[in-house]
Amino acid sequence: MDAHEQALVGLADDPRYRRLVRRRSRLGWTLTALMLVAYFGFILLVAFAKPLLARPLAGGATSVGIPIGLGVILLAIALTGVYVRRVNREFDREVDALARGFRA
Amino acid sequence: MNGATNWPAIAMFAGFVALTLAITRWAARRTRTADDFYAAGGGITGFQNGLAIAGDYMSAASFLGISAQIFADGYDGLIYSIGFLVGWPILLFLMAERLRNLGRYTFADVASFRFAQTPVRTLAAASTLMVVLFYLIAQMVGAGQLIRLLFGLPYPYAVATVGVMMTLYVLFGGMLATTWVQIVKAVLLLGAATFIAGAVLWRFGFSAEALFARAVEVKGTRAIMGPGGFIKDPVSAVSLGLALMFGTAGLPHILQRFFTVPDARAARTSVLWATGWIGWFYLLTFVIGFGAIVLVGTEPAYLDPAGGLRGGGNMAAVHLAHAVGGDLFLGFVSAVAFATILAVVAGLTLSGASAVSHDLYASVFRRGRADQAAELRVSRITVLVLAVVAIGLGVLFERQNVAFMVSLAFALAASANFPVLLTSLLWRGCTTRGVVAGGAVGLLLALGLTILSPAIWVAVLGHAEPVFPYGSPAIFSMPAAFLTIWIVSLIDRSGRAAVDRAGYLPQRVRSETGIGAVGASSH
Repeated sequence: MDAHEQALVGLADDPRYRRLVRRRSRLGWTLTALMLVAYFGFILLVAFAKPLLARPLAGGATSVGIPIGLGVILLAIALTGVYVRRVNREFDREVDALARGFRA
Repeated sequence: MNGATNWPAIAMFAGFVALTLAITRWAARRTRTADDFYAAGGGITGFQNGLAIAGDYMSAASFLGISAQIFADGYDGLIYSIGFLVGWPILLFLMAERLRNLGRYTFADVASFRFAQTPVRTLAAASTLMVVLFYLIAQMVGAGQLIRLLFGLPYPYAVATVGVMMTLYVLFGGMLATTWVQIVKAVLLLGAATFIAGAVLWRFGFSAEALFARAVEVKGTRAIMGPGGFIKDPVSAVSLGLALMFGTAGLPHILQRFFTVPDARAARTSVLWATGWIGWFYLLTFVIGFGAIVLVGTEPAYLDPAGGLRGGGNMAAVHLAHAVGGDLFLGFVSAVAFATILAVVAGLTLSGASAVSHDLYASVFRRGRADQAAELRVSRITVLVLAVVAIGLGVLFERQNVAFMVSLAFALAASANFPVLLTSLLWRGCTTRGVVAGGAVGLLLALGLTILSPAIWVAVLGHAEPVFPYGSPAIFSMPAAFLTIWIVSLIDRSGRAAVDRAGYLPQRVRSETGIGAVGASSH
């Protein structure tokens, strides 16, 4: 392991680094879980509850499955937005500070 | 349309080809180093990259294939759209920034970061080539059908034309040309699709309910409003779901796009833009598919004597463009669809060529001692070889639905590349032997089961019954890959394994902070 890698390993013990990674990972995995639940919920409906998805919404031609499907699409965009907004606001500055301290 | 040569369409084609060649010429003058060729010099912004990613993703398979599937089966097509989209958040939450911080030109840079270079890069190159080939076939088939419809050119010639065009872009313009062709095309395609969907909704007083009601009336059944025969059984449903969702995070030509931006922040921004554009595009595709049921399916001019669509089942969106916008708009949409195919094919070819030149030639064969000129020469030769192979396979697979072919590429990516990348990024205990064994198991199992599945065993090879009854292999091959990585890494007591595990912490810190990443400064 060269000196650069040694220094990186050293940084891994820095409490600021540990806190940053813990919080950002939690955000990433929480949003991942939400997306997985929503999408595989939809897939399981397709697999096991076809009649439910095909049922008319409010008696018209539109079926229950249409708002559900479009909802999954909108949720994917919304979760992406939440992640980017939070990381831009909360984590970027901390990462920059760590990187600056590393060089100094 | 009626067999006569469509001059407005040809003029639009010529205009677009001229534009893209001009971009290629401009890019060729700026493409000197390997950095330029593989990663556009790292100077693409997050917004531009978002459009380029969306462009890569809104392929002919999406535009023609999904609208065609909605035209045929209604709601089923939406299942594809959703699956294609939901991979993006996952890729962002778990991988995008880490990829940018660790990699340089190819996803193998990341997968092999702390491992023995030769075996991991060889595996990554093999799986890249397989994924690229399946994806290429789908695009070639779409392109061939489109050109045949418009020019009356025989299908093999049409496929060959596409092959020659994309070779020019990649050979001379590299990643810079490929990216800008992709951006221009993404803007045109989003514009065209928005116009078509708007025109369809306008005819129904902007009431989706009225559109659906008319579609049900035309089809004579409510079956199109719910999931139908496309998903035959729960296993196939979940399997396809896994392939679509996690395949995105393993597509080599998509992953390569994260190395064209200067830093992790730009990588993040590009996914947000890409997800937004792609989501919007799939909403439009849904309207376009139903619009085609109502406006194309009822119009004899668009149908052949047998009652099918003229020019093949994938042409629903193209006919709809004519129905709402006449000859001129048909020409525009055809040119855009053709451009879509060219751009996607170019991106795919570039990533296949990078795998051969950067991973196999420079890193494995020359052990990192190849000079740039030789590496780029190998890359360009590979482009030529891939073009020939793609043309040949495009002709062979003429009758396959293109969206389905793409889903097979996704299954391979989800079964080989995704498990390897995720474990190498996030699991300390993972070793060289583990990822190579797991990646190989995932790739071979996915490939083998695909060959034994109805799409190839029955439809292409002509056997009566499929050996593997499900539509997608991912539900078996992806867990098998993870399990193999886990077990083999766990029992790996080799000297290399100790090096691999010791390399985790510095890799993780770099991936989280970007310290030491190939950054804007080096470009």
